[in-house]
Amino acid sequence: MSLIDIQRISRLYQMGTETIHALRDVTLQIQRGEYLAIMGPSGSGKSTLMNILGCLDTPSGGKFVLNNSDVSVMDDNALSEIRNREIGFVFQSFNLLARSTALQNVELPMIYAGVPKSERHKRAMDALSAVGLADRVHHRPNELSGGQRQRVAVARALVNRPSILLADEPTGNLDSKTGVEILALFEELATKGNTIIVVTHEEEVAQHSRRIVRLRDGLVAADEILHKNGAAAPETPVFPPIHASAHAGPPPVPPGAH
Amino acid sequence: MTFFAEIFEGLRISWAAIRANRMRSVLTTLGVIIGVLTVTMMATAINGLNSTFQTSISIMGADVVYVQRFGWFMDRNEWLRSRNRREITMEQVRGVERQLTTAQAISPVAMTRKDLVYQRRNGGAVQIIGTTEKQVETGGLNMSQGRFFAAAEVEGARPVCVIGDDVATRMFPNESPLGRRLQVGDRTLEVVGVVEKRGRFLGMFSLDEVVFLPVTFFFNAYEQRPDLRIDVKVGSLAGIEETREELIGIMRKLRKTPPGAPDDFAINQQEAFVQNFNKVGGTIAALGLFVTGLSLFVGGIGIMNIMFVSVSERTKEIGIRRAIGAKRRTILLQFLIESVLLCVMGGIIALLLSAPITLVVALFLPAALSPSIILIALGVSITTGVISGFVPAYRASQMSPVDALRTE
Ligand SMILES: Nc1ncnc2c1ncn2[C@@H]1O[C@H](COP(=O)(O)OP(=O)(O)OP(=O)(O)O)[C@@H](O)[C@H]1O
Ligand SMILES: [Mg+2]
Repeated sequence: MSLIDIQRISRLYQMGTETIHALRDVTLQIQRGEYLAIMGPSGSGKSTLMNILGCLDTPSGGKFVLNNSDVSVMDDNALSEIRNREIGFVFQSFNLLARSTALQNVELPMIYAGVPKSERHKRAMDALSAVGLADRVHHRPNELSGGQRQRVAVARALVNRPSILLADEPTGNLDSKTGVEILALFEELATKGNTIIVVTHEEEVAQHSRRIVRLRDGLVAADEILHKNGAAAPETPVFPPIHASAHAGPPPVPPGAH
Repeated sequence: MTFFAEIFEGLRISWAAIRANRMRSVLTTLGVIIGVLTVTMMATAINGLNSTFQTSISIMGADVVYVQRFGWFMDRNEWLRSRNRREITMEQVRGVERQLTTAQAISPVAMTRKDLVYQRRNGGAVQIIGTTEKQVETGGLNMSQGRFFAAAEVEGARPVCVIGDDVATRMFPNESPLGRRLQVGDRTLEVVGVVEKRGRFLGMFSLDEVVFLPVTFFFNAYEQRPDLRIDVKVGSLAGIEETREELIGIMRKLRKTPPGAPDDFAINQQEAFVQNFNKVGGTIAALGLFVTGLSLFVGGIGIMNIMFVSVSERTKEIGIRRAIGAKRRTILLQFLIESVLLCVMGGIIALLLSAPITLVVALFLPAALSPSIILIALGVSITTGVISGFVPAYRASQMSPVDALRTE
């Protein structure tokens, strides 16, 4: 069973009399543990697809099954819960709460999940040390560098142990060196078995992933598997593989391998 | 669990937001401050009036009726109709004393104002009450020093007087007034007693700025045929009606009122005061309610306005929270908390302001910032916050997460 199964999804925007097809007809399966990049020129529908995958937006047509449940029929409350527990977002512009410290930012998803205070604190501290920010927990976003902010965002995205990490241009606002750091972090997470989907228009960024889906005009133009060797074996886990214990299923099978 | 964590988070964020816009927040709460201040002052005033009224009534005695030429609360027409009435004379008082069977005590009252002088000290004009020894009962007087004048002294029109507590402290600050010779108008009288402090009537005039003297002396010294008031102590509230009936019969006979003509005198009663007070109190309350409602309304609009601003400023934040898993009700709650917090801050400031104001008011009325008033003020603040914050908060909660995130 795929983690994500979207069938003939479309997304239309009505602009006055004109209808914009942000997504026309997209069918895609993504397996647990995949590290996938979505590429395409500007306006090709990457962010739109990303928002749908992240349950922030609902498709105009088609079917979206996430983790065996049909998302297309869910109400707002259920979608909020899915975003809270199953999805971790990383945005280009970090999207941290300005008036909250790094720690408070990372604790927020757990507040919504109803995690008790002491555990919340502990897990947030762990998540922040895992991204190398143990000494910055009480800093507010404006007291952190861009790379550090994005690490806080990654920690926040992962702290509820979601099924999927969704990143829309995560390195877009970072210089190349910090960008590489974040990508290394993703690499590490992928090796641990996390499912990661990165939207990017940089070939370099995409090359870090294992599979590239190319969009054009709201359609899948190409879907390629990158064959890599030498993916370093994990030593100490940064984050425990998401659902590693709960779903000890078969290793991810890339589509096309059937 | 989740709920409390969300409330706590909401409080933390709202507090941070309010602090970040300190000036704006204070200006916004101004309307609420004024509104809650009005509420507090209104409640204090009504409380004060009520308790003054209660004590005033009990000073005068609720089971006393007053036979007088005019009614206490007459409108213009009644006044025009009754202005030619004849005075109530001492003969009529004697008649009532002889004939009335259903009363406990009866005393005449003649009133005027005279200057007081003792040695070099000029005490200004005070109320002079000419009456009989029965005034002790009809007026519910308690003596703090000496005695009230006796029946024999009334009989003999003796130059003796009993003074109120304020007169005693003012005229005789360093000595006992008893046995002193006090000049009342152009006569000199011996002080034989001091009446215990009675306070102010309805918070207005002091009942202790008074000199009692024998009504017979009053006739000889000041005014030969004054218009008298007859104080009748019934002895029980239940007996008032019966006594009234009897009094009307006796007075009509004594004054030879033709049969069929309306009474040419009035029998006044505390109850008239109660009714009049309720009317006045009701008017004050209605007016206060209007002013309060208006200022709270204006304050609430201010809060609503600033909450709309706050919501649109923080659209991005709403988007972020929604992406992380906040439900609609979480967002709703957060902004409601913010507006309630603003209003409660306004309420607290208003209470702090009203404390000194109450102290000033307390000089005239028995006013105090009671716990119930504090509760009312906070309740009103919270209600204003919820009502005026609801629409902005609801709007925030209904935003689409994607659109909210897209804003800059
Ligand atoms: N809210 C909206 N209303 C109208 N049109 C929209 C809206 N959001 C997106 N679109 C349109 O849908 C299309 C796809 O947008 P999308 O943001 O998914 O592109 P993208 O691939 O992420 O581009 P970029 O690389 O520039 O971020 C675009 O043509 C865009 O104009
Ligand atoms: Mg985009």
